[in-house]
Amino acid sequence: MALKTKTSTRIGVTILGWGIALWLFFPIFWMILTSFKSEVQAISTPPKLFFMPTLSSYAEVFERANYWHFALNTVIVSVGATAIAIALAVPAAYSMAFMPSKRTRGTLLWVLSTRMLPPVGVLVPIYILARNTHLLDTCTGLAIVDMLTNLPIIVWMLYTFFREVPAPILEAGRMDGATRWQEMTMVLLPLALPGIASTALLSLILCWNEAFWSLNLTSSHAAPLTAFIASFSSPEGLFFGKLSAASTLAVAPILVFGWISQKQLVRGLTFGAVK
Amino acid sequence: MLRLKYTRTALCALGALLAGSVLSSAQAAGTLTIATVNNGDMIVMRQLSTEFEKAHPDIHLNWVTLEENVLRQRVTTDIAMKTGQFDVVTIGNYEVPIWAKQGWLTEIKPDDAYDMNDILPSVRESLSAEGKLYALPFYAESVITYYRKDLFQKAGLTMPEQPTYDQIRQFADKITDKPNQVYGICLRGKPGWGENMAYISSLANTFGAQWFDMSWKPTLTSDAWKATLNWYVSALKADGPPGATSNGFNENLALFASGHCGIWIDSTVAGGLLFDPKQSQVANTVGFAPAPKGPYGKGPTWLWSWSLAVPVSSHQSADAQAFIAWATSKDYVKLVAERKGWVAAPPGTRASTYAAPEYLKAAPFASFVLNAIKTADPNGPTAQPRPYTGAQFVAIPEFQSIGTQVGQTVAATLSDQMTVDQALTSAQASITRALRQSGRAR
Repeated sequence: MALKTKTSTRIGVTILGWGIALWLFFPIFWMILTSFKSEVQAISTPPKLFFMPTLSSYAEVFERANYWHFALNTVIVSVGATAIAIALAVPAAYSMAFMPSKRTRGTLLWVLSTRMLPPVGVLVPIYILARNTHLLDTCTGLAIVDMLTNLPIIVWMLYTFFREVPAPILEAGRMDGATRWQEMTMVLLPLALPGIASTALLSLILCWNEAFWSLNLTSSHAAPLTAFIASFSSPEGLFFGKLSAASTLAVAPILVFGWISQKQLVRGLTFGAVK
Repeated sequence: MLRLKYTRTALCALGALLAGSVLSSAQAAGTLTIATVNNGDMIVMRQLSTEFEKAHPDIHLNWVTLEENVLRQRVTTDIAMKTGQFDVVTIGNYEVPIWAKQGWLTEIKPDDAYDMNDILPSVRESLSAEGKLYALPFYAESVITYYRKDLFQKAGLTMPEQPTYDQIRQFADKITDKPNQVYGICLRGKPGWGENMAYISSLANTFGAQWFDMSWKPTLTSDAWKATLNWYVSALKADGPPGATSNGFNENLALFASGHCGIWIDSTVAGGLLFDPKQSQVANTVGFAPAPKGPYGKGPTWLWSWSLAVPVSSHQSADAQAFIAWATSKDYVKLVAERKGWVAAPPGTRASTYAAPEYLKAAPFASFVLNAIKTADPNGPTAQPRPYTGAQFVAIPEFQSIGTQVGQTVAATLSDQMTVDQALTSAQASITRALRQSGRAR
């Protein structure tokens, strides 16, 4: 009886898991499917699941815009912002995790509170700063803003991962004569590497998908893939096929990247969860 | 030690990459940056602009295509802060007079060869402020009625030469066949000053309603407004598609093109799209008629033009003016006709386009469009004197927020969250407050 209940529970959980997974994936599936439809098929009601696929939307997207230019900008901005954010967040999290002061807790909460501000609230000052420093429509400008946007989350995540590293290990390093820099780079970083990798991966995904600052701070030279997608939305005319093709092209690299690295991501995110 | 070396090398490479991106972003001399929207006519312009570059080898064109609302926001920010990122901007006739008064736009003075008298007078006037021209029209649109000839025939109906709103309602009732997903009438329901309120403002004018009296007091609780909104709400509820509050221009275009609408009253720009068999399943059965008339029967109808303007912040004003004169010239219309066919010629701007027999043959809806634009009369009178201009909008800066807010209230009546009377009372109060805050009304 108990075995029967256990089996039925397992089947129920499996169905539920698959159901949620399919529910979450369905919009992406429909976007990919629509990208292979003609514009008339894309708007037909009831929606068509079976149809003669066409690459016309992709052909038009490649004809109208230089996809590689947008993709390269996205890579530069995402990698640049993530690298700088990690370089700044590691010492910050190290200091807060291993040398806490009475203000550490307050500082951590304050850092996180900056994420609660809607970005549009600081649009004008940031736009003026970018204009005055000649960083408008540059990858550097966008990377700096993306980095600052994601820094609170990265500091928090690294802080949580570092707290899982037993302090005596670092002390042992110090006993052996390691400097602070050596202690951080040769003892702490190798131990927390899965956590750092998953944090970097998350930052990369957030930067890749960031649209608000991309649309407001760039126009042509530094425009990333999110601006590329937005340019296919039309005020007058049918565009669902082309928009889906542009979106598929934009998310494909990060989707594949996320798929390949999902094991590391899950391992990193659950790092230290079970002792 | 080795690891540290790698780290330094990686950081140097990253720094070089980012520095390179700064350098590459510097504006090259002779490069015009053009901000535009992504619609069919603009895409053709972009493709054919290589001809302009060939004729002007020292000018290179750099295109920035943005979604309409993003474009409006970006260009406003750029011009207001004098950043100078854009040399040519694509804006509508709502923005042109307002921005010209702010001193944001350069006056346009094309040479005689441009033939300014060929531009349709109503379009030219809508792009002027205090007698000076501030933009050149790329294409223009007004409002007409699209209907399905096959459904009319099946129901034994004939569309009159000049329909009235009462007749439209009767026709819609007769051709509605909800079990087969055929809806008698499709109208804009998506909230927004440029979506549902564009149609409703035009509808209100012909019902004898208007937004403000001469002392800038809103008049939304008038009987004429009640009649306007009652017609709109009852028609959509009885004969409209489900979820009408989600339908803007594109959604209704999709519904009509896929055979789900019997009548659709909207922008003339849809004519070319509905007539194209590649984009429309009803290309052979679509009919055209003028926009219906309401009880008042007169008043401004609808005039929108996507136009090219040069912001004062541009450092290359002369080159920018040369480009917009080329893109809106008679020669450009001919170039489009040669390369893409006459049906793709930018509509609604030049009398010479409508005088070309090839165009009239290729676009059977051309005479309706020309007549609709000629009679749009955005500066003309409403039933009572009014202190503002504009046909399907009010040409004041506050209208974007007022229009969108009232649009949301109107949408609430469609989804039964409010009655028509409640919606109009609420809209009256919110507009009064907004105008008092802006200092326009006491």
